[in-house]
Amino acid sequence: MKRTASLVALAALPVGVLAVFFVLPVAGMLGRGLWPDGSFAPGAMLDVLARPRVGRVVWFTVWSSSVATVVAVLLGLPAAYVLHRLDFPLRGALRSALLVPFVLPTVVVGVAFRQLLREGGPLGFLDLDGTPVAIVAGLVFFNVAVVIRTVGATWEGLDPRPAEAAAALGASPARVFTSVTLPALRPAIVSAASVVFLFCATAFGVVLILGGVRYASVETEIYLLTTVLYDLQGAAALSIVQLVAVVGLLTVAARVRRVPDPTVQRAVPRPHRPRRSDLPQVAATALLLGLLAAPIVALVTQSLRVDGAWSLTNYRNLTTTGDDQVLLVPVTTALRNSLQTALDATWIALLLGLLVAIVLTRRSRSAGERRVRAVLDGFFMLPLGVSAVTLGFGFLVTLGREPLDLRTWPLLVPVAQALVALPLVVRTLVPVLAGIDDRQRQAAASLGAGAMRTALTVDVPIVLRPVAAAAGFAFAVSLGEFGATSFLSRADHPTVPVVIFRLLGRPGEGNYGMALAASVVLAATTALVILAVERLRVRGVGSW
Amino acid sequence: MLSLEHVSVSYDGTPAVVDASLEVPDASVVAVLGPSGCGKSTLLRAVAGLERPTSGTICWDGADLGGVPTHKRGFALMFQDGQLFSHLSVARNVGYALRLRRPGQPRRGSGDIEARIAGLLTLVGLEGYDARLPGTLSGGERQRVALARSLAKAPKLLLLDEPLGALDRKLREETQFELMDIQEKTGTTFVIVTHDQGEAMTVASRVAVMDEGKLMQVSTPDRIYETPQSVYVADFIGDVNIIQGRATQSGDKVLVNWAEGQSPFTAQTATAFAPDQTCWLAIRPEKIAISADRTDHANTVQGKVLDIAYLGNISTYHVELPSGHVIKAQEANTRRIARRAFTWEDPVWLGWTDTAGVLLDR
Repeated sequence: MKRTASLVALAALPVGVLAVFFVLPVAGMLGRGLWPDGSFAPGAMLDVLARPRVGRVVWFTVWSSSVATVVAVLLGLPAAYVLHRLDFPLRGALRSALLVPFVLPTVVVGVAFRQLLREGGPLGFLDLDGTPVAIVAGLVFFNVAVVIRTVGATWEGLDPRPAEAAAALGASPARVFTSVTLPALRPAIVSAASVVFLFCATAFGVVLILGGVRYASVETEIYLLTTVLYDLQGAAALSIVQLVAVVGLLTVAARVRRVPDPTVQRAVPRPHRPRRSDLPQVAATALLLGLLAAPIVALVTQSLRVDGAWSLTNYRNLTTTGDDQVLLVPVTTALRNSLQTALDATWIALLLGLLVAIVLTRRSRSAGERRVRAVLDGFFMLPLGVSAVTLGFGFLVTLGREPLDLRTWPLLVPVAQALVALPLVVRTLVPVLAGIDDRQRQAAASLGAGAMRTALTVDVPIVLRPVAAAAGFAFAVSLGEFGATSFLSRADHPTVPVVIFRLLGRPGEGNYGMALAASVVLAATTALVILAVERLRVRGVGSW
Repeated sequence: MLSLEHVSVSYDGTPAVVDASLEVPDASVVAVLGPSGCGKSTLLRAVAGLERPTSGTICWDGADLGGVPTHKRGFALMFQDGQLFSHLSVARNVGYALRLRRPGQPRRGSGDIEARIAGLLTLVGLEGYDARLPGTLSGGERQRVALARSLAKAPKLLLLDEPLGALDRKLREETQFELMDIQEKTGTTFVIVTHDQGEAMTVASRVAVMDEGKLMQVSTPDRIYETPQSVYVADFIGDVNIIQGRATQSGDKVLVNWAEGQSPFTAQTATAFAPDQTCWLAIRPEKIAISADRTDHANTVQGKVLDIAYLGNISTYHVELPSGHVIKAQEANTRRIARRAFTWEDPVWLGWTDTAGVLLDR
């Protein structure tokens, strides 16, 4: 009885927050579509789905995300091997560097790819600007780190002996890989691929900036329908489609996540020096590095060029409001807003994430309890896949009127960002908390430590670094969050991604240059945060 | 025949195996015995081709294996916990090697493979386990499947790394005999790495004792036990008394001055000792007689009983000599315990012949 009560108490806050700031807005948004005039009219929604343009949008979303997922897996696998099984100088630095694209603000990545591919850009001759190839490349750029992290973490802990046994039985290295290593990696690959697909299918900033007017995904289409065409029914219909697909995908992903068999003794492999046989993998990794570096290099270079000469003018202009005063506040003020907002979002995400992780990792005493936990686990993952646009617009339509007018509440944007970062925090903390052997607590208790002291001496020291890492991650994600923020931030209190998008949309070389410089500053800030997180050496950060 | 010539292996400059030379005749069983961390697993992995020797050669029938990768050596390797492929059924695991096809080799018919798998499962006593998954097997069953898998292609050499280490004692002892039975039936050459001296003595026709990367002695189990060549081997195998002293040699007899004011012990040896050279007399406790009265052994010494370890069938007496040395003597409990002639604190005589011990120079 006491256990149940304490669990309910722990779960109450995150469930409540999620109910008010997630379920309510999303439901409000869907309600607008399904009850257009106060009466239930699902038929109108079906009409929306029958539109040829909607069909095209869904089809484009599915195939571009599929291609991007396959490419990300193919590029990520050799890199996962090189970064997690080989031993070479600067390996740690390289691992950190490869994590940076994942947290770069979507807007920044969009700008960087435009910079690389536009007419007159370094790869302008390929004529890829505004094509699906550019979009897929942008999606791969973001998500290859998910594959490397997730598969790498599994690969790193993979017992080398089955592979050795197979080799001793006469299997060639290729055969060992396909018959032993690949099956062992399969759950990690499937898990990574489903998450990557999810991220690709709900990507907003990249598709919006790289797709231009010709290519729209479900996510950008929702944005277009709500903000430009005011077709809330259409937007709601698409949101429902997206929600159903995401829930389905998350269920599949949860199924394949395998629990390691604790009764089997594992040998931990030692990373080895690269051998000649590792050459293909090393080459593939070098290629990947080049592909990831190119847009960033293009971005940084171009931000330093004005009228064909090297100059810091674009950076100096960050203290102004741009050509023709397109901004209400200078970019430097927006940067301060961004940092403040991200800081608030971080503590909210941490608080909620810790509570959720504790609730999820307590050992279930009954089948019913276990089922409740599984449902909660899925529930807290939902923000991962629900369109940030839906969320942001839902905030506006439900929380922007009586009885709950939160439009001017200073924590509105941070809460929205925290919800976007929450799944990441939970996924970082759950394995850590679950990994604490209960016998350690029992040992502490048998030595005379009370419950409080046990928590302080056993749990806290183990959890401290992962919590710091999760905080860094939440901070970086919040800093770059664009989808929900673009709806919710007030015009006189914008964040940097919002400002960048606004600058891009206005004419003038000066404004474009400022967008580049602001992107570089934002990218550098997130990169610094992520490098600091990597110094904490928490295993499995960024893996799913 | 497997032969190792002056093989050394190091990890990042730290030597794991140092100058190891060893011959393994066909159809024999050689056990590599040593404490954990002595380099015995590394030696095995080098034979399997999983580690590259930093120097020395490993040959099979005189051909250098240096450039031959693991999968082309035609050996099989079996690990402590079996390392079954957890995603494959028992039958698929056993048939793994059979389904590998080399270019130029004809494909085996599936009926042929099935029959071979069934035969192997019968050999290890697991008929009808074909469809089971490794996760559902007990530790002992997993080891049997691993053994069947290793034997599938009739390997020239089977390398076993602590094959029974994960099993509990009773099961381990049973499985030792089965392992030997299967070895005899198949005529496969075995190299077994173990830290368990009982296992090494039971299964092996030759035992190689290893310490800190060096092979200390390679010999038959009885010679390892009866005539160790070093204090390390004498001490590692079984229970032993080591008495340090200085040697005075006359012919095949040596007088060992072991303590101030005590008459020297005599021992026979084939080794030549320099006058006053430091030497160690190693005597197994069961070769020392203990009695209330003085005996007519070549060596006798009096002391008092310090401690008695009662093991049921035998008892080990710890006897303290006036010099402070404590000597262990073992006696079979052929009488009821109440009829024992002496107990704690009693003065007793210890005696042994001049051939009972081994005199060592290192």
